[in-house]
Amino acid sequence: MLKTRKQIFIEQSREKFSDVEHRRKINHSLLQSDIAFRKGIPQFSDLQLAKKTANHIKRTTIENLDTYLLQFEKQFTQNGGKVIWAATANEALDAVGRICKEVNARLVVKSKSMVTEEIHLNPFLSSKGIEVVETDLGEYIQQLAGEPPYHLVAPSMHKSKEEVADLFHEKLGAPEGLAPEALTQFARKILREKYVQADIGITGVNFLLADIGGVALTENEGNGRLSTSFPKVHIAVTGIEKILPSVRDLALFWPLLATHGSGQQITVYNSIFTGPRKAGEKDGPERMYVILLDNGRTRLLADPKARESLYCIRCGACLNVCPVFRNIGGHTYNSTYGGPVGSVITPHIKGMKEYGHLSQASSLCGACTEVCPVGIPLHQLLLHNRQLAVKHAARTEKFAWKLWAMACSHRRVLNLAGGHTKNRVATLLFANAWGKNRKLPGFAPESFNQLWKKQR
Amino acid sequence: MHVELFIPCFVDQLFPQTAFNMVQILERAGCEVSYNTQQTCCGQPAYNAGFMEECAVVAGKFIKEFSGENYVVVPGGSCTGFVRNYYSKMFEGTDLEKQVTMKTPLFYEFTSFLTEILGIEDTGATLVGKAVYHDACGALRECGIKAAPRILLNKVRGLELIETEDAERCCGFGGTFSVKYEPVSMAMGEQKVLNAIKAGAQYIISTDLSCLMHLDGYIRHHQLLIQTLHIADVLVS
Repeated sequence: MLKTRKQIFIEQSREKFSDVEHRRKINHSLLQSDIAFRKGIPQFSDLQLAKKTANHIKRTTIENLDTYLLQFEKQFTQNGGKVIWAATANEALDAVGRICKEVNARLVVKSKSMVTEEIHLNPFLSSKGIEVVETDLGEYIQQLAGEPPYHLVAPSMHKSKEEVADLFHEKLGAPEGLAPEALTQFARKILREKYVQADIGITGVNFLLADIGGVALTENEGNGRLSTSFPKVHIAVTGIEKILPSVRDLALFWPLLATHGSGQQITVYNSIFTGPRKAGEKDGPERMYVILLDNGRTRLLADPKARESLYCIRCGACLNVCPVFRNIGGHTYNSTYGGPVGSVITPHIKGMKEYGHLSQASSLCGACTEVCPVGIPLHQLLLHNRQLAVKHAARTEKFAWKLWAMACSHRRVLNLAGGHTKNRVATLLFANAWGKNRKLPGFAPESFNQLWKKQR
Repeated sequence: MHVELFIPCFVDQLFPQTAFNMVQILERAGCEVSYNTQQTCCGQPAYNAGFMEECAVVAGKFIKEFSGENYVVVPGGSCTGFVRNYYSKMFEGTDLEKQVTMKTPLFYEFTSFLTEILGIEDTGATLVGKAVYHDACGALRECGIKAAPRILLNKVRGLELIETEDAERCCGFGGTFSVKYEPVSMAMGEQKVLNAIKAGAQYIISTDLSCLMHLDGYIRHHQLLIQTLHIADVLVS
C-alpha cells in the first residue's frame, strides 16, 4: 500500500531523531543565526513598534491587494516592462517557456527564488533543453547536490564545509579538501562565465513596489545584480502577496527583513528594478517581465483568518526559532516552504487532506509568533488549520473527542475508577503512541478531587 | 484573601500532591482557599486538536463553575493562558460572554500570583543542589511569565539556578502532539534533558507539570541522574 504523506513525515522524523550528526550541524548553524539575530536587533529603538507598523502596512495592503497589484501593473507597464498574470504554476511555466522560445534561450542564470522552487522551474527548463544555473552560492550547492533548498534563506545550512568540498570535488573536479574561501572562489570563477553567456536572468522578488512600478531585490553576494545586468532579458517571478504600497515602505521593510533573515542591519545588495533599459541608458536588460503568481494564494486570501499568512516576507526567522524544524530539518516537510509558515500555508495551497498533518506537527509553542517581524500569529493559524481539518479526521478520532467531552461534562465519570484501573487503561491506550523512549506517568491512587472531598 | 482553585485535569488525576503543596503555600500566605468539586477540564486539549464543538461544551461548563470576583490560582501556565487568551473569542456573542469577560482576567498561574498579587518572593524553602528552570511555553508566551519563578527560586536556600541557552525552547510535549508525532516530541525532549545535564543540573524545575511528565518519562526510561520538580514542590519544602 502506498504510504500517506503523514506516514512518510513521521518515518523521516524518526530517521532524523537518531541522526546525531544532523542534530549537531543544525544546532551549530541555528546558534550562529541566533547570535547574529541578537546582535542585529538593537538597531531598532522600538522593535515592537516596528513590527506593529509593518503588520499594519501589510494588513492594509493585503486587504486592498487588487488595487495595489493593478497600480503596480500600470506603473511597471508605463516604465516599459511587461506584467504577466499567472493563476497557476503551469501558467507561469508556460510564460517563461514562451519567452525562452522567443529569444531562443540556451542558458538561464537564476538568483535565489523560492517561488521558482514552488513552480519547479528548473526541471521545466531542463526538459526544454535549456541549461539553468543557480548563482546564489547556497542554491548552487543544492543544485550540484540535486536537492531542494533546506531553508528559505539558508538553502544549504545542513551541509558542513567538508561535505561541500567533497561535492565540489566530485561534481566540478575541484581539488580535494578546499577551504570555504577557496570553494567560494572556485564557484565564482565558474559563475562569472555563466553571467556573460546567459540569455536570460531569472530572479525572485523581495518586494513589489506599487507606486513606482518597481521590483526590490535583496541579496548578499552580488549575484542578483550580475544575473540582471548581463543577460538581455530579465524575468522576475513573484507571488502576488509580495507587494508594498510605496518605495518609501522599504525604509522599514529592508532592515526588518535583513535583521530577521540574517541578523544584518541591512543586506549587502539592495536593488530596485523599474523596467528595462530606456533610450540613452547605458545598461540594463532589453526586456523585463514580472510574472505575478497566484497558485493558491487567493484561496488564502478568501479565508479572513488564514489571509494573515500573506503578510509573510519570507525572512525565515520562524524556521530558526522553531524546535520542530531544529529536530526534523528542512527536507522532512516535503514541501517548498518548510517551518512554521510552510506548515500554515502549504495545506491551503496544496490541499488540507494531503498536507494537513503539517499543521498538526507542532507543539504550538508560539516561538514563531513571537519572532515574526510582520506579526503573523503563526501558531494560531496552525490552530485555525486544525479546525478546518476536523472534517477530514478519522472516525475513531471524532468518536474519541465526543467521549472525552462527555466524560469532562460529568465530574463523577472522572472519579469512577481508581488509579490502578486508570493506569491499566492508559497503558493499553497510550503505551504504544507514547513511545519506546519514555515511561508513562502514573495515575495517583485517588485524584485531587477525591482527596479534597475526603479531607475538607 | 479568598482564592479559588483551578486544578487542571491531568494534575488532578496524576499529581494531586503538587496541587496540595500549592494549597499549603497559599494557606501559609494567609489565603482562604476554595475549590469547586464539579470542576473537570478547561477544554484546551480539544481546542488544540481543532474540535471546537467539543471544546465549547467542556469550556462552557468550566467557566460557570467559578463565581464572584475572586482570583483563581492555577498550578500551571498552559491552562491559565488558554482560559485568559482564548475564551473571550470563543464565547463572543454568547450568553457566557459577560461571565468570561469578568472572570478570565482573574486566572493566575501560581508563581505570578505569589509575586504579583501577594507580593511574596521568599517562601522560606530549602533545596540543596543545581537546577535549570524550564520556561514552559504557556507560561512564557501566553502569560508573559519570565521573572516570577526565577525570583522565587533565587530565594530558595541551597539552590543554584543555572540559565541555559535553551531555557525558552519548547520541551516537545505539546499535548496530543506528544503521541501523534512521538519522534519529533521525543527528539525535542531529549535535547532539553541532555542540555540540562550538560549544564550540570540535578533538577529541572518548571511551572508546568505537562512538560515535566514528558521529560520525566524520558529520564526514567534512560535512568538518568536528573530529576524533574514542579515549582510548588520546591517552594513548599
